[in-house]
Amino acid sequence: MSFLQIEPVRILLYLVGICAFVGANAAYLVLAERKGAGRIQRRPGPNEAGFGGILQPVADGIKLLAKQVMVPPGTDALLFRAAPLMVMAPPLMCLAMIPFSDSIVARHLNVGLLFVFSFGSINVMALMLGGWASRNKFAIISSARVVSQNVAYEIPMLLVVITLLMVTGTMDLNEIIHQQGGGIWHWNLFKVWVNPLMPVTFVIFFICMLAETNRAPFDMAEAESELVAGAFTEYGGMGFGVFFMAEYANIVVGCSLATVLFLGGWQSPIGVLSGGLWGAGWFLLKLYGLIFTVIWIRWTFPRTQFYSLLNLSWKILIPISLFTLLLTGAMMKLPVVYHQFF
Amino acid sequence: MSLLTALRDTYSGFKSLLTGLRITAREASKPSITVQYPHETLKMPERFRGHVKLVLDPVTGKSRCTSCNLCVRACPSDCITVEGIKREGEKKKSVSEYTLDFTTCSLCGSCVEACPSDAIEYSKDYNVVSLHREDFSRMDLVKKLEAEAKVWAEKNPEAAAAAAAASAAAMAAAAAAPAKPAVAPAPASAATPTPTSTPAAAANPVAPVRSPEPKTT
Repeated sequence: MSFLQIEPVRILLYLVGICAFVGANAAYLVLAERKGAGRIQRRPGPNEAGFGGILQPVADGIKLLAKQVMVPPGTDALLFRAAPLMVMAPPLMCLAMIPFSDSIVARHLNVGLLFVFSFGSINVMALMLGGWASRNKFAIISSARVVSQNVAYEIPMLLVVITLLMVTGTMDLNEIIHQQGGGIWHWNLFKVWVNPLMPVTFVIFFICMLAETNRAPFDMAEAESELVAGAFTEYGGMGFGVFFMAEYANIVVGCSLATVLFLGGWQSPIGVLSGGLWGAGWFLLKLYGLIFTVIWIRWTFPRTQFYSLLNLSWKILIPISLFTLLLTGAMMKLPVVYHQFF
Repeated sequence: MSLLTALRDTYSGFKSLLTGLRITAREASKPSITVQYPHETLKMPERFRGHVKLVLDPVTGKSRCTSCNLCVRACPSDCITVEGIKREGEKKKSVSEYTLDFTTCSLCGSCVEACPSDAIEYSKDYNVVSLHREDFSRMDLVKKLEAEAKVWAEKNPEAAAAAAAASAAAMAAAAAAPAKPAVAPAPASAATPTPTSTPAAAANPVAPVRSPEPKTT
């Protein structure tokens, strides 16, 4: 155990582990996405490569790697090349904070939540730079959309998280999970005695997470039918591949965060079987349950119009999340005030 | 009041989203309805119109076409060419060459309607692709029928053997009939093998198929 605590070994393990986890997830979530789409549309999905299509991600990867990465003339070559890296880096950093179980966490930080959100917001800048550097009108329109969309959805998301912070009183992700131990009714999702609108808070968080990761029905960054491929129009080969992987990595981060904040992280829903590797099992179960929901949502709802997307945020999500924030504050502080005066 | 309306709208909108999710979940639990095309194919419906083809008569194992040329005349785009020959031992002519120009055929079906002996029908063949224009502009239906007959013969050996024997018998009978008056002028060396072999075949229809060479004399 002491060997694992040597700093360079830990860094190396983190790098290898997270890169492998993100890579495998990105590759196989694409397959899961296509299989899920197929299932919902009552067709089998990709099933030719390997047994039942199990080698499809490998084939896709080889195809993407074999393609030439073109930098179109007249573009800002440095930014153009840097954008895919910048979009990939934040989820890799964020995953360092996510506790997969009580002990499996790359780096324990007592402001883990703040860390995740500060790195998570780099993502939008990378997409904007990618679109801007492409010197392509579709890409620029898409970047503008991405920015206004992310600004609009960052607000309700942070309001929801502040509500949660008031309940938990800590930014330490593992500590937040510890507070939710002992069964499904202790999860933040069901803490209705703290705030009766807690499930609504979770729904708002989930919607904002979908919008922040540019997932359908909010996939304005890559509106194929309107903007060719949005911010990725000029990217080919692995440049596009990295953007694609980053999308799935961001989904993994977002769903992990939802799991940690609302669904009790690695805590068992039944109160027993919650130590060590069981914890990792529960965490992954909840994580993939949420990811499945994300895929399910994508293949159920059509893309929204841009103004209704902004309307949803500014007219519905922000007022409701503000209200829950006030309600939580009131419910926490009113008893104190009451005792003070009576 | 407008706050209440907004809340009600939000609630009903959210409920409709859940309804949508329920519908897709229900669809996802049903079996898949697509056909894995190269591995499995659908049976073509009865009235599917592929290019016309010659019908294989399941009794004789041959075409029913008598090369009467009615289909050629019925064709509005002039894309059928038929040649027939009179085979020994058969009352009617039989088709020797049936060429369809599929590049101009509009699949109107006038030829199928016009045919008095039900010798042509629409094929169920939709996998038609070729690198050569001639495969469509000069589609040899007789050749296709022969290929089909070969498959048919392999699948139904009894019927094929019976049909072959019957045709051989008919041919032999036909050969024997004109052979009799020809016996006198013909030199003995040429005539003798034919009569000796033919009655045997005529008497015994299930005998092994013989080559139909004798008719040349």
